[in-house]
Amino acid sequence: MKAAHYWHCFVGIQTREWLRFWQQRTRFASALVRPLLWLVVFAAGFRAVLGISIIPPYQTYITYETYIAPGLCGMIILFNSMQGALSMVYDRELGSMRVLLMSPLPRPFLLVTKLLAMGVVSIGQVYVFLLLALLVDVEPPLWGYLAVLPALILTSLMLGALGLLIATWIKQLENFAGVMNFVIFPMFFMSSALYPLWRMNEASPWLYWICQFNPFTHAVEAIRFSLYLEWNPMAYGITTGVTVVLALLATAGFRPQRTRILGTSRPA
Amino acid sequence: MTIEASNLSFRYGEKPVLREVSFALTSGRFHALLGPNGAGKSTLFGLLTRLLALQQGELLLAGQSLKNQPAEAMRRIGVVFQQNALDLDLTVRQNLQYHAALHGLSRKEARVRGDRELERFSLLDRANDAVRQLNGGHRRRVEIARALLHEPSLLLLDEPTVGLDVASRRALNEHVRTLCEEDGMTVLWATHLIEEVRSDDRVLILHQGQLLADDKGQAICEAEGTRDLAETFHSLTGAG
Repeated sequence: MKAAHYWHCFVGIQTREWLRFWQQRTRFASALVRPLLWLVVFAAGFRAVLGISIIPPYQTYITYETYIAPGLCGMIILFNSMQGALSMVYDRELGSMRVLLMSPLPRPFLLVTKLLAMGVVSIGQVYVFLLLALLVDVEPPLWGYLAVLPALILTSLMLGALGLLIATWIKQLENFAGVMNFVIFPMFFMSSALYPLWRMNEASPWLYWICQFNPFTHAVEAIRFSLYLEWNPMAYGITTGVTVVLALLATAGFRPQRTRILGTSRPA
Repeated sequence: MTIEASNLSFRYGEKPVLREVSFALTSGRFHALLGPNGAGKSTLFGLLTRLLALQQGELLLAGQSLKNQPAEAMRRIGVVFQQNALDLDLTVRQNLQYHAALHGLSRKEARVRGDRELERFSLLDRANDAVRQLNGGHRRRVEIARALLHEPSLLLLDEPTVGLDVASRRALNEHVRTLCEEDGMTVLWATHLIEEVRSDDRVLILHQGQLLADDKGQAICEAEGTRDLAETFHSLTGAG
């Protein structure tokens, strides 16, 4: 196969994802309600409780809304990636996955392209969220909106690959409620999305270390620092490394017979 | 395109689903794969389409091993799955373009080939309709048109008439036979419905994972001493 074949395939998969996004735009809009509730209601309630000192990348005292906005960007991607990965393996996307896997192009290329396409749609939602966040005075520098893009792409690929890996291999987590309780919530709460880790360290050192080992923490920090035009090599390095490992594991370990793609229920 | 399967066995965990299945399909001919539900037809299709990894045995497509040359094999195979594999919210043309892109075709090529196939199936005027607006028979035709977009030489159809009324079933079956006659396409049509099979078709009867017969329908009947395929199928499988 030539490079042009790969390109047409890449464009085709992206196009289909956007067409579906357009068809289901009300569903995608409603997915923004969750992070906006956190930003407007939760942050307003907790602003007084959680004082934020000056920590990098911020140059001054910030509001709690400003602190949690990058974490909520991560949350949008986290929910979408898990939901998207489950639908690839169990429900809405089964037909399109059958068609996808009939392509003569290498399966890892197809799966990573599919995860990226789903990620691009999530990233579109993140940008809409960031625009709405301006209304509560979350105002990163203008260039930050562009600088954050690589971190958003990495995060969506990392979480998409994690979702695919979980959906393929952990039978007990084949519905969204299971994934929410055992993956999404622990990853989100045991990260720096809602509180800076130094505060976690004050409360409980072992929880602090769990947060440090959580790749979502580093994805959120990569988003936070790049949004404020600061370079955080550790956050970027860990997020990139984990993304590569998860993408390799998820694509190399992908087995259609462990899913419902064949059209039969999954064998035990 | 010829297909040779030798000693295919497959098991889900401890449960054997295919046992030592061997056959060879003739290029440019219609073949019926007949078997009751649970016979192993979909598993065999899973192996032919690479959705399932070979556990035991060998599959050769046009002399090339499916294991060693998967890309080349997939380029030459068109598949119609038992379950709907169309995006119901997208239009007919968008569905075709997605498939064409997956096979590395440009939008322009996809458009030309898509329109050609839709015309062949008398669906060109529905190209911009959402698939959801089509009836079951038309959806199946779109799936076949889609499977032909990349010009395969082997067409695999896994119970393509499930859920269709009698008239649509017959029309679809006729359509596919025309492909063999006019384009020299090799076809493997899996079904559990005897009325979709003709006595001069090459028939493979699969039951509980074993290939019980592989010959022209008439010849199988003669060998079994039965009057017709329905009786043969019943005597061999207890079904029908």
